[in-house]
Amino acid sequence: MTVLPYLVAGWLLVVGLWGVITSRQLVHQVVCLTVVQSSTYVLLLAVGYRTGGYAPIVSSSVPPSSPFVDPIVQALALTDVVVEATVVAVLLALTVQAHKRFGTADPDRLGELSG
Amino acid sequence: MTVLHVVALAVVAVGGTTVVLVRDPVRQALAASVFGLALALLFFAFQAPDVAISQIVVATVAVPVMILLTLTKLRRDEDEERRR
Amino acid sequence: MRVRRRSAIALLALAALAAAVAWAATELTPFGTPSGPADAVVRTLVHERHAANTVNGVTYDLRGLDTLGEELILFVAALGSAVLLRHGRGERDAGERAEARPSGRTADALRAAGAALVGPLVVLGVYVVVHGHLSPGGGFQGGVILAAGLLLVYAAGQVAMLERVEPRALVEVAEASGALAFALVAIGGLVFAGAALANFLPFGTTGNLLSAGTIPVLSVAVGVEVTGAVALILTELLDQTLLAGSA
Repeated sequence: MTVLPYLVAGWLLVVGLWGVITSRQLVHQVVCLTVVQSSTYVLLLAVGYRTGGYAPIVSSSVPPSSPFVDPIVQALALTDVVVEATVVAVLLALTVQAHKRFGTADPDRLGELSG
Repeated sequence: MTVLHVVALAVVAVGGTTVVLVRDPVRQALAASVFGLALALLFFAFQAPDVAISQIVVATVAVPVMILLTLTKLRRDEDEERRR
Repeated sequence: MRVRRRSAIALLALAALAAAVAWAATELTPFGTPSGPADAVVRTLVHERHAANTVNGVTYDLRGLDTLGEELILFVAALGSAVLLRHGRGERDAGERAEARPSGRTADALRAAGAALVGPLVVLGVYVVVHGHLSPGGGFQGGVILAAGLLLVYAAGQVAMLERVEPRALVEVAEASGALAFALVAIGGLVFAGAALANFLPFGTTGNLLSAGTIPVLSVAVGVEVTGAVALILTELLDQTLLAGSA
């Protein structure tokens, strides 16, 4: 039972990669890649979680002496989520350009038409 | 591990699978948005409100809008191509 | 045929990967018992940096250099997608663009709701950005919320108004100045405190808005940068779809 979060992270990695490999449409492929990326968030946050720990935000009701979950992995995941969105933007812009140039969004047909 | 953790993890696993298996890109954009919110719920359960807020704004605002705009653009390019 | 063979190979490879991941998962520290120095990090950040939200303490102080790198990725990614989308934009003239504006198609209720929500959304975004060191939030989250304000203006059918305020120049300046501000604070640490990104501002009282030294300053810089980056991407995409409508 204590490995369930790690297995879910692994499942997202595997199923996302399956989508990337078998996808027939570039936009679909980009979204599958975001599933792969989300596996890293699940893994990072699962590694830092502590049973009964508080969110690492100190206030008058949560004194600094309480047990906390790990803030470092949260900081890593937090910046990553927003950076992921801009990486998706670059990939989508590339998709628009590829479609403009080759007239198709099917990754398998891009090479055939390049001549 | 609490019941909330198990439920949230199950929803995330099923959601990720759905996003991959939905082949129509417009429907997939909606599925990806719901999957993103399921992830946010999981992050709340993992005591990570900062990451959850980040995930919510990205999954509901940035990514679906970008995908739908790209799909509109691709469709218009195709129409234009056909008319020529 | 080639697709089927590729799927079969992928299935085998991914099955092997899945087995390896499952094996590795059993070797990880069991869920709920982290091995990192979480409590020590939290205490250091609260007592020495006066940051109540220690996640942002890590983001903007302990791992500030890391965040500088992330911010530059963001900067370059937004710039790259803008350049890619602008490529070949000069194909049609401005007259066609004016026709393409879908102003009449937005329902009145949607326009009203969109216009009414712009103000509250911007206030929320600014709140989330400036309270990053006290409560959940910060520059990364608030920046995306602020950029969403631009979408609402679009949903409200105020594209003509959007043109008048020249959003493109504005978001470009926001993106660049956010990145520049972060770099300047990093250099400020080098000049005044002896190391890049070292704190050189008074810490104040934990829990006050003006506290935690450079952490809220960097949070605001990132907020401006993220607003600019996301807004730049959305503006370019919106521009593309509006443009293509003229064909």
